[in-house]
Amino acid sequence: MVQRFRIHYAKTQPLRYVSSLDLHKVWERYLRRAGLPLAYSHGFTPQPRLQQAHPLPLGYLGANEIIDVWLEAETDLSAEEVQARLQATPQPGIEILSVTEIAPEAPALTSQISSAEYEVWFLDPLSPDELASRVTQLLNTPSIQRERRGKAYNLRPLIEFIEILTDTTPGRLGLRMRLAAREGATGRPEEVVAALGYDPFAVRIIRTRLNGATT
Amino acid sequence: MKISVTDPSMIEAWLERNLMRVQKPGRYVGGELNQVVKDWASIPIKVALAFPDVYEIGVPNLALTILYETINQRPDALAERVYLPWVDMEALMRDGGIPLYGLETKHPLNQFNILGITLPYETLYTNVLNLLDLAGIPLFSNERDETHPLIIAGGHATFNPEPMAPFIDAFVIGEGEDVIHEILDTFRDWKAQSVSRDDLLHALLNIPGVYIPRFYRPHYHPDGTLRLMERLTEAAPPVIHKRILGRLPPPPTRPIVPSIDVVHNRIAIEIMRGCTRGCRFCHAGMVTRPVRERSVEEILSAIQEALKNTGYEEVALLSLSSSDYSQITHLVERVSHEATRQHLVISLPSLRIETVSVELMERLKGKRQSSSFTLAPEAATDRMRAVINKPIETGQLLETARAIFQHGWSKIKLYFMIGHPTETIEDVRAIAEVSRQVLAEGRRLIGHRASLHLGVSTFVPKPHTPFQWLPCDTPEQIQNKQRALLDALRGSGIKINWTDPRETLLEAWLSRGDRRLAEVIYNAWTLGAKFDAWHDHFDYEKWMTAFQMANLDPAFYTHRQRSLDEVFPWDHISPGVRKAYLQQEYLNSLQGILRLDCRRQCYACGILPTYKELRRKYPGPHWKCPEIPVHARA
Repeated sequence: MVQRFRIHYAKTQPLRYVSSLDLHKVWERYLRRAGLPLAYSHGFTPQPRLQQAHPLPLGYLGANEIIDVWLEAETDLSAEEVQARLQATPQPGIEILSVTEIAPEAPALTSQISSAEYEVWFLDPLSPDELASRVTQLLNTPSIQRERRGKAYNLRPLIEFIEILTDTTPGRLGLRMRLAAREGATGRPEEVVAALGYDPFAVRIIRTRLNGATT
Repeated sequence: MKISVTDPSMIEAWLERNLMRVQKPGRYVGGELNQVVKDWASIPIKVALAFPDVYEIGVPNLALTILYETINQRPDALAERVYLPWVDMEALMRDGGIPLYGLETKHPLNQFNILGITLPYETLYTNVLNLLDLAGIPLFSNERDETHPLIIAGGHATFNPEPMAPFIDAFVIGEGEDVIHEILDTFRDWKAQSVSRDDLLHALLNIPGVYIPRFYRPHYHPDGTLRLMERLTEAAPPVIHKRILGRLPPPPTRPIVPSIDVVHNRIAIEIMRGCTRGCRFCHAGMVTRPVRERSVEEILSAIQEALKNTGYEEVALLSLSSSDYSQITHLVERVSHEATRQHLVISLPSLRIETVSVELMERLKGKRQSSSFTLAPEAATDRMRAVINKPIETGQLLETARAIFQHGWSKIKLYFMIGHPTETIEDVRAIAEVSRQVLAEGRRLIGHRASLHLGVSTFVPKPHTPFQWLPCDTPEQIQNKQRALLDALRGSGIKINWTDPRETLLEAWLSRGDRRLAEVIYNAWTLGAKFDAWHDHFDYEKWMTAFQMANLDPAFYTHRQRSLDEVFPWDHISPGVRKAYLQQEYLNSLQGILRLDCRRQCYACGILPTYKELRRKYPGPHWKCPEIPVHARA
């Protein structure tokens, strides 16, 4: 009998530079090591059934990511059992937060998500006043023309909010932002950083929340 | 290069600032499943294990996997891994003065005690120089002192160590599992009582299988051939015999599981070492003798353990000739049961061309299967097959092909070589003829779904093989043969891959080079040669200039017929196979004399007398050389 589980987890440093495609494989092997039998698709080359919500871009950390997995055990598994087996199995870069069972026919994860929240920490010291004024200016711009993979687009409508973060380490500054995360309309935090006029690579980006998903 | 950062935490900080600027940053961070991180401060012997190419190629390397596990099991030693950065990352590292570092703790390479480099093939040589330079370590052995790591190299290419001799402190000839412990013990004892690097190198001379090139000096005849390899100390052995294990230890079952895609994502289990078929072109077949098998039970328990530790979905059962594993049917039966139960893909490469192989693969299919079936006939005429000692009748090849198509595979890959000794254009055209026949069988059985891919590589004569005396085809000859083959295949619908003749030349120079070639390698590297094994990076002109600068003629190494009494630069390195046997095999090839499976009849290659003590110490059915009394033949 096929069961579907929704797993909330943190993606931490060891998997930071792993793409969502590769992360898929990491999950497959993780579940296999945990003794959780994956359900396979039918067809000539059966594939294990896993679905990541809105794949996390390479280089980001994720504080609360979501994946759905389909399992096919001989006897029914409880969400507690799945969680316990995962937590007892080492997997660098994945910390399990919660596991819940959901209906096998529930809608796909990605379709349920509308926006994502991020923390962006600058790796280099910068002036807080300067940062504040650039943020205000950016938010007041009606249209922010950017180009990504050769395609021009307007970043401004993808930004829901930006606020400034300070840290206990003196001089360390960051931004909290909520950006659209819909099919075909996804804001990227490093684009915001670049639009602010800072080095988009000298940042640590943490996706803290996906909004809109049930549970 | 000049190093400006030496602290691991500063390297980490630099990485975070720069990794998103390069392709595939996951290559440079470590942290994978089954990585072993030991306490840097309290472990006395620190070893870095290097594969001199990028991460994706290096991680699956079995030799380093074995050594990593072996060394990290010692309480007094740690092993970390290092691979070469791709050109984008290298440029950033050079710019920032960032040294190459161990992936586990990010310590710079020059803070390790020992750097072990694997050299499975020759086209990695310039990368070794680049690796040392990126670590801020002097390239030449005689420029290094006590403050630098000891540089060790091993692997199949080091059966001719001479071209790399000036750069390496010590070579390990043969299998490394035992000798690594002797090296680490020697290092530990030396460190306790001396600081002189010379003392260390002298101490290492006592370990069988270790070759320290600085204690040997080559002398040449006016014609450029070797006159004599002079020993500079009595303590240096006149001949270095390769090390082998009397019994294969359990295979590694906790390999690194990379988080990014690499060339082989699978559990690799060697089912045996060595080969008894005696194909005359085959370097591995000569230098890995004798055959020693692992038991079915050992293999199965290793697979179970490794599956538990990795979660991999593919298992490769490795050997030079799987069909010759004595319990192959039994092994396949047992493994196939697991494959079906656990959705595993099992690969069993190097099967012989016979219908039995198809039946074996059929059992291994499980729920998932590769769509293509690979066979390596190597030559297409009976005459050529007798020359190389790989006798497969065309009829048998066609019968096997029929079985493959009938059992559900739609694609066959055939590997051939051109440039075999005495090869004529007719022998080359026969490749196309045989290939057309194979495809015709497929078309007849399954129609247009049937497809055929040809991999046609160019033969390079290797040291320690019966063909070591022979010239290699010139680029013009190779091109003519490739063109003839293409013409003969026109309109057949057969796809074909081949090797660039210039890349073949590089392999040919380096394979049978002497110590003077080190200057050419060095020149090529200073001219910017690196990643020579990558088609887009190999730069023939740089190598030509490098030869000119060193005043050496590349043709001397490649296109020269060597006389039977020539002293070779690798004669003092012994794989246990006698030069007289190789010569006899060379002469046999000229007369088309076949030497079949030597498990049935011993042809006195020299292995039996060389390792008779070892065999006595580790007796058992895992040895596959016949039990025969050893006479004075050695």
